[in-house]
Amino acid sequence: MPETTRETVLRISGTNTRKCMLCGKCSGSCPAYDAMDYRPHQFVAMVERGEIAPLLQSKSLYACMSCFACVERCPRGVQPASLIEALRAMVLREREHTRLPAQLIPELIDAGTPQQAVVSAFRKLSK
Amino acid sequence: MNYYYYPGCTLKTKAKALDASARAAAECLGVTLTEVPEWQCCGAVYPMAQDEVAARLSAVRALLAAREAGVPLVTLCSACHHVIKRVNADMAKNPDLRQKAANYLGLSTPYAGETKVLHYLEVLKNDVGFETIKQQVKHPLTGQKIGAYYGCLLLRPADVMQFDDPESPTMLEDLLRALGAAPVDYDQKNECCAGYLSLTDPAAASRRTRAILTSAREAGAEALVTACPLCQYNLSRHSGGSLPVYYVTELLEAALKGGNGHA
Ligand code: SF4
Ligand code: SF4
Ligand code: SF4
Ligand code: SF4
Repeated sequence: MPETTRETVLRISGTNTRKCMLCGKCSGSCPAYDAMDYRPHQFVAMVERGEIAPLLQSKSLYACMSCFACVERCPRGVQPASLIEALRAMVLREREHTRLPAQLIPELIDAGTPQQAVVSAFRKLSK
Repeated sequence: MNYYYYPGCTLKTKAKALDASARAAAECLGVTLTEVPEWQCCGAVYPMAQDEVAARLSAVRALLAAREAGVPLVTLCSACHHVIKRVNADMAKNPDLRQKAANYLGLSTPYAGETKVLHYLEVLKNDVGFETIKQQVKHPLTGQKIGAYYGCLLLRPADVMQFDDPESPTMLEDLLRALGAAPVDYDQKNECCAGYLSLTDPAAASRRTRAILTSAREAGAEALVTACPLCQYNLSRHSGGSLPVYYVTELLEAALKGGNGHA
């Protein structure tokens, strides 16, 4: 049987959404909360229910700062950040390939921009 | 005290001050850092996707080199430390990733996380000792009110990073005290500066940095220290010069040797 989209998200993220007890602590800890349409606890609940399509369109995929606050503070060992990463990876692999064309870089940097910023932006936004 | 040292590419270019001060201070303290031969950029981002093997390989190569040499691997940039420490844990705990990495690299003995990964600050704390450092300080930073900025990557997730208490870390403050400074506690010290978004969403980075800078200033900090080039860039860019942001190693070197202008 081919893998469902939900199973793909769970496999790539390596996290178990069933453990979630819907406490909302992940979203309460999230520094990107205000910039998100779907919040970390909604990612967990929606992946659990198999509602993947809206998440693949979510602007939260590009607002997450990968700060691991949600991972650290979840009392149940769920990793909302890994779900967000898995969904972003799926969009990049299947549809967009890159959201950061290399020719844009000169406009985005200044004399002090560390390599780390450029390398990490490519890692997050290209496949 | 012998270690392999992984500087990472930012320390070779935009963050030379971090590298140079760390090496100078290490020398004063009897710590021998040998640069990993032919290291490659670690990629700056830990691949959370469990099926990404290639993105883990440059960390594995550095870890392997340290295993061959039989010494711990020391990092300094928070991002490098995060990537290398977590990939090391993957190799120890995830047999599938371990085997795939071994296949890619053509290893007859797979790499299974044997190398000990230490952050530079952990070497100072556990192997040199802050008490020893205190005794070697020649130019104490007396009266300097400094806020320690940890950010995210050093601390979280704590079960893998095992650096310090993720909600209330004190390692940098303990070091600052050994240097004679007066560390200032503030509530945003372990919150994210949105460094990863600094290219693509500068407004988000500006919001986060302002929150951090305000929190530190209100607590009475007159300067901040960090170990991360991206935090340093992000925070200094938005502070408008009102709150200088130093690498912690610059203050360490200044306290040990004097003369670089910060002491
Ligand atoms: S990792 Fe992303 S989702 Fe989780 S708390 Fe940080 S910004 Fe929010
Ligand atoms: S913190 Fe954990 S348990 Fe609570 S809602 Fe978020 S994922 Fe679920
Ligand atoms: S994380 Fe930064 S410093 Fe480390 S190797 Fe990569 S880009 Fe270079
Ligand atoms: S605080 Fe900023 S630069 Fe530092 S580790 Fe977090 S995101 Fe990266």
